[in-house]
Amino acid sequence: MRALDRKLLRNLWSLRSQGLAIALVVACGVATFVMSLASLDSLRLTQQGVYKAQRFADVFADLKRAPESLADRMREIPGVAALETRVRAPVRLRLDTFEDPITGLAISIPDGRQPELNRLFLRAGQLPDPDRGEQVLISEAFAEAHGLKPGDQLAMIVNGRLQRLTLAGIALSPEFIYQIRPGDLFPDFSRYAVVWMNRSALAAAFGMEGAFNSLSLTLSPRHEAAPVIDALDLLLQPWGSLGAHDRNDQLSHRYLEQELEQLDGMARFLPMIFIGVAAFLLNVVAARLIRTQREQIGVLKAFGYGNLRIASHYLALVLAVVAIGSLTGVIAGAWLAGLLGALYQDFFRFPWLQFRLQPATAVLAVAIAGGATLAGTLSAVRAAFRLPPAEAMRPESPPRYRRTLVERLGVGRFLSQPSRMILRNLERQPIKSLLSVLGIALAVAILVLTGFQQGSVNHMLDVQFRLAQQQDLTVTFVEPVSQRAIHELAALPGVRHAEGFRVAPAILRNGHREHRGSLQGYQADSRLFAVLDDQLQPIPLAEGGLMMTDHLAGMLGVGPGDMVQVQIQEGRRARLDIPVAGLVTEYVGVGAYLPQQTLNRLLREGPAVSGAFLSVAPEALAGLHRRLESLPRVAGVSLRERAIQSFRELMDESVMVFTLFAMALAGSIAFAVVYNSARIALAERSRELASLRVLGFTRAETAYVLLGELVVLTLAAIAPGFAIGAGFTWLLTRAMETDLYRVPMILTADTFALSAAVVLGATMLSSLLIANRLRRLDMVSALKASE
Amino acid sequence: MPPPTSEPVFRIRRLTRVFRMGEVEIHALRGVDLDLYQGEFVVMLGASGSGKSTLLNILGGLDKATAGEVWFRDRDLALASEAELTQFRRRHVGFVFQFYNLIPSLTARENVAIVTEIADDPMRPDEALAMVGLEERLDHFPAQMSGGEQQRVAIARAIAKNPEVLLCDEPTGALDSATGVRVLEALLDVNQRLGTTTAVITHNAAIADMADRVIRLSDGRIADVHRNATKASPRDLHW
Repeated sequence: MRALDRKLLRNLWSLRSQGLAIALVVACGVATFVMSLASLDSLRLTQQGVYKAQRFADVFADLKRAPESLADRMREIPGVAALETRVRAPVRLRLDTFEDPITGLAISIPDGRQPELNRLFLRAGQLPDPDRGEQVLISEAFAEAHGLKPGDQLAMIVNGRLQRLTLAGIALSPEFIYQIRPGDLFPDFSRYAVVWMNRSALAAAFGMEGAFNSLSLTLSPRHEAAPVIDALDLLLQPWGSLGAHDRNDQLSHRYLEQELEQLDGMARFLPMIFIGVAAFLLNVVAARLIRTQREQIGVLKAFGYGNLRIASHYLALVLAVVAIGSLTGVIAGAWLAGLLGALYQDFFRFPWLQFRLQPATAVLAVAIAGGATLAGTLSAVRAAFRLPPAEAMRPESPPRYRRTLVERLGVGRFLSQPSRMILRNLERQPIKSLLSVLGIALAVAILVLTGFQQGSVNHMLDVQFRLAQQQDLTVTFVEPVSQRAIHELAALPGVRHAEGFRVAPAILRNGHREHRGSLQGYQADSRLFAVLDDQLQPIPLAEGGLMMTDHLAGMLGVGPGDMVQVQIQEGRRARLDIPVAGLVTEYVGVGAYLPQQTLNRLLREGPAVSGAFLSVAPEALAGLHRRLESLPRVAGVSLRERAIQSFRELMDESVMVFTLFAMALAGSIAFAVVYNSARIALAERSRELASLRVLGFTRAETAYVLLGELVVLTLAAIAPGFAIGAGFTWLLTRAMETDLYRVPMILTADTFALSAAVVLGATMLSSLLIANRLRRLDMVSALKASE
Repeated sequence: MPPPTSEPVFRIRRLTRVFRMGEVEIHALRGVDLDLYQGEFVVMLGASGSGKSTLLNILGGLDKATAGEVWFRDRDLALASEAELTQFRRRHVGFVFQFYNLIPSLTARENVAIVTEIADDPMRPDEALAMVGLEERLDHFPAQMSGGEQQRVAIARAIAKNPEVLLCDEPTGALDSATGVRVLEALLDVNQRLGTTTAVITHNAAIADMADRVIRLSDGRIADVHRNATKASPRDLHW
């Protein structure tokens, strides 16, 4: 082995703890990058794989009732590859073990067989026996929430009639990967279920013998959805069609896409920040580390080693560190991505998960982190080369100090000599101090960035459920009913207040932009529902137009005063032009609101309601929903508090785990940065510190001089860190915006406090480790060597 | 010149120091017996590797004996803990080193103050600096002073706490002859005015002439102890 290579190995060994700290930053940056991109990539891959394998349909349509004979005419539409009709029925379920109302959707499958499209994945059990009408499959998310297994019993109310069912199996469907009740904001796996049963049994229960009310189809290759949809609409219009639509308006697909889009924003943005921060820190730290090698470089040059040889020596040193960090980062990132993917399966009910780490992702991560480290190394090595060997070998000329600003302001009298040393050191090398502060500030910033979500989610829930919607119970009817129903509801025991609302499915258009949603008519003087302006103040609904979620207005490209074309998707399917009266702020979903009476008038109907908000005495809540369930026209009942609670649990399990991972990585970066700053400071100042020990300073007094500087740097970094973190967070919220959520940028005191605490904790830990090193400070040799 | 009967400040018996370097044992001191008396000026001569620095480091509480006794008055430093040695250095010892070891971020006055702030009965920093002739350079930083001036700041820092012993390791080693003489004058002046027991180690034999006693070390043992009948003034020394 060549002597220089031997030196390389020994250098590496003597710098191992600093090297490891640098490797830790590389690893964290790379791991965040790999984790985010690989988990997203895997989810996308899984989505495509599941869609293909399970034959997820391209076009869907729901209608009131059409004869089965219509199916053959639809199959003749050019572009239709395969088409399957079925029966869908809103149902309510009852479990002996669960008190809350459960709503669900029953979907028919060919008796005892897999459907041709939207094939089911059986997690447990088997398909229903073709001759056993009571056997059903149930969605996995619901089964898991209640611990159901094949053979279990449950009761289902369909069309007002109670049926006893037996679970034949537990299934997953490409149609319900994002399993959410229509109209809900969040999934609620405990209170919403999908039930698959034999066509003959469901048709009998729902009065659909020889008929269908739902269909899905796949397109032939190279056929667009639009002409097929138009042809379908034409055929189905007499049969009460709600309008055919492609995947983009399929509930699960749409939500899944938006969730993935949001994840995409986060997965692309967050690791960029992380690896950017890591790159900056690596550059600074590597440069400082190499600077401590200045004399050695001088000696090697004096021996006649060329610049290239020496440069490659130090690059090899740093490359070894980068390699250790990169390898750890890629492995840890892939592992975390796998864990995350599994967690996302709680949200996205994929039957299986395909994991993929694209080599390019890993390579890019390593290139960014490694490149920055090497750049820092090179710049420091170059600086050492510029010196003639004789000068490089000499210690750097005694640094020039002067009284600091603080002292010149007259505060100096109160400072002890060690405090002066701290201040003057910081001020003598303002660039170095600034870089250290910036480095620690960036660590604070990424902590703020990763911690903000908790506060934002809470704020989102607060706005949605405490300011905007204050009902305890929401009742939806099977079909619009007369306003009289509200009086009946109000008369039920425990109901303190009841008010109706009217929701009509509609397509909103402006030119070629369209949104498939609904018009929502609420009481103008509602006590339970409010729309909010951008200051979160309630504003009244406008008589003459739509109050529209600002995000929806943006999607349609309209503002107050503009006209929106509305095509109602029920009844006589009116086409209306309605002006936008104002914009409202909502973080979840998109909506177009108007007074109920206005909507009734536009629909040319009496005071009809499609549902009701109830304010209920808490003690009466449990009994009331049983009562409501038994009413034949009630399609569903939802409880606000339970919905919030289950959403929170879901968030805690999945999204918050991502946040936790990211926080752990950010915390590691913070520690590595602070520790490295302290280690290098120790190396640079060991002689001075040894002198103090010789003069009779105790270890604690000596540590004060070194660690005091670190503490001052850390404290100075916290406020700028908060500011940078707020900036990062703003960028992230923009990157994460979707139709489904606009995560508000809410940075709570908790978030800031936690970030500061993590960095201060990292400083404490580094201080302890460094103080321990001071114990081993060699007083004698520090005095002998001239530097 | 102290009476030979006076109480010794240091009483060293059978002092051994062995450094273990991996597999090799280096015997730096091989059973040294030595007394240092109140107020005397001692020069220890020896080639490099003779053990003189090891002896000085042990006297100053920077290093510990492998075997033997090192009595400072009624205390055996060989048995002292690390914290006790720190207190010993802080209260009783002044150090002067070849490379000054000043704190670059502190002025001359502050470099002295850093010691007086933690001492029991110190003199004022400006007083100590005046003793070494630096009353005009109080507020200069090390980088603004010559080597000789820096070493005199180091002497002022060492004596400002009114130590009982002043230990100097090659105090003129990094200085030219003329500057070295000024530093030696300052050391002698302090020794005579304050009665501080002073030990100077050097490989420069010329300095021996100004000592009360000259101790030669060789190969970890005391080779020779010689008492100067007449002491030369530093001004008459040349090298």
